[in-house]
Amino acid sequence: MFLVALIKSLFITLVVVGFFLPILTWVERKQSALMQDRIGANRASLAGVSILGLLHPVADVLKLMSKENAVPGGANRLLHLMAPLIAAIPVIAAFAVIPYGGNYRFGAGELSLVAADIDWGVLYVFAIASLASFGAVLAGWASNNNWSLLGGIRAAAQMISYEVTMGLTLVPLFMVFGTLRLTQMGEAQDTVVPAFAFLRIFGLDGLPTLLQAISIPAWGLFLNPPAFILFLTCIMAENKRPPFDLPESESELVAGYSTEYSGMRFGLFYLSEFIQVVVVAGLVTAIFLGGWTIPWLSQAEIIGAIEPWFGESVATGACLLFHVTSFFAKVAFVIWLQMLIRWSLPRFRYDQLMDLCWKVILPASLLNIFATAFVMLALGDVR
Amino acid sequence: MAEYAGVLIIFALAVLLTGGMLAIQLRLAPKRILQEKLEPFECGESPLVAPRRRYGVKFYLVAILFIVFDVEASYFYPWGVVFRELGAPALVAIGIFTVPLVVGLLYEWCKGALEW
Repeated sequence: MFLVALIKSLFITLVVVGFFLPILTWVERKQSALMQDRIGANRASLAGVSILGLLHPVADVLKLMSKENAVPGGANRLLHLMAPLIAAIPVIAAFAVIPYGGNYRFGAGELSLVAADIDWGVLYVFAIASLASFGAVLAGWASNNNWSLLGGIRAAAQMISYEVTMGLTLVPLFMVFGTLRLTQMGEAQDTVVPAFAFLRIFGLDGLPTLLQAISIPAWGLFLNPPAFILFLTCIMAENKRPPFDLPESESELVAGYSTEYSGMRFGLFYLSEFIQVVVVAGLVTAIFLGGWTIPWLSQAEIIGAIEPWFGESVATGACLLFHVTSFFAKVAFVIWLQMLIRWSLPRFRYDQLMDLCWKVILPASLLNIFATAFVMLALGDVR
Repeated sequence: MAEYAGVLIIFALAVLLTGGMLAIQLRLAPKRILQEKLEPFECGESPLVAPRRRYGVKFYLVAILFIVFDVEASYFYPWGVVFRELGAPALVAIGIFTVPLVVGLLYEWCKGALEW
């Protein structure tokens, strides 16, 4: 029991920190180069071979590891050391509840591909992710530098503002799925719904048979599109990456709360930012993009199709592989989407950022909750 | 409680990974302390004012708004999860709950608490 949990936790941690993190630092450089018509990362090379710049992450780590750890004179040394740890540890820990596969039955045993299947999964991610904001605030406070302090305060105000709305934007999905457990949300999305069923609200019952036959996956994205846009905006703002990078805006605050950081301590801030990109992608995938499921092919259908040839356990194993591949493919897609947004949009002004949160997203998410409730009542989904 | 084992393990792994990275740097990195390095970074100038002084009251206001709205928002989660079972009466109930919340938001809006 403990061993299985250990293996599952090790797997997800290694995939994220050992694979996604280095690849992401490379993707960030390469995609920005592509979008800005530059050649991009190609300098780091080993014996003259640079393999598209894929050695850059290795060079990064070596550089960060061998840099001096300069702590400014008036800094609070303990908090200065703790801040990057507080920023990085919770972000990695958020992966405990994100399922990267479903529940599979091998003979008598069962295998559920999630490190910790707790019944308040989404709230766990929120709680843990908000811990990371302490990292930025403490870094700003401990550094004894005006730029750092301003960056830290900005980070605090931005992150707590978007935390409120981030929770509210997801409430419609809680209503639709009736659970906070991410694995149950994934299972609920492993099916299809008629694409034009919502027209019943307008009293359009006699649809042509052709339209009735069209079905779409029951993904959160299709069940509640406004929530997807609102949630993605909020959680990207929570991550403090451009266009929401006010706390570290280079042109105003040098480097914001990380101004007085060097070496691996700075590296940990860098790490937490990139891992949070993966957390965002995992969470969006699990809630809105069907998690590990494969569109139009439910788990039972996949196993049923393979079973006659190879037997049940092989079929289940193949299904498991398909599902894990599907999950990480979707995660890669959402990461690409975030990179696209990050390199396309200019930075917000601070008043625009706060207006967007309190005057646009907060009312819109409240409206969305009630609109969802009315639609669910009108469709007769509710008792 | 068994399902929380994964959470603990991942926390332990995260502490090991991040702590390990800092520990390796401790071994590899040079240590040469100079007076100039100890100064806070201000593009080469000596700082005119010390940090850790007073800053905009706006930030306190946002923190207060956060407390108010986050506590109120947390009522929406359990309501959302059981909405399917409770049905229309629950919608009326949460409507009544939302009215003061929206009135409060409008009041702050009109008072200029949301202006920057």
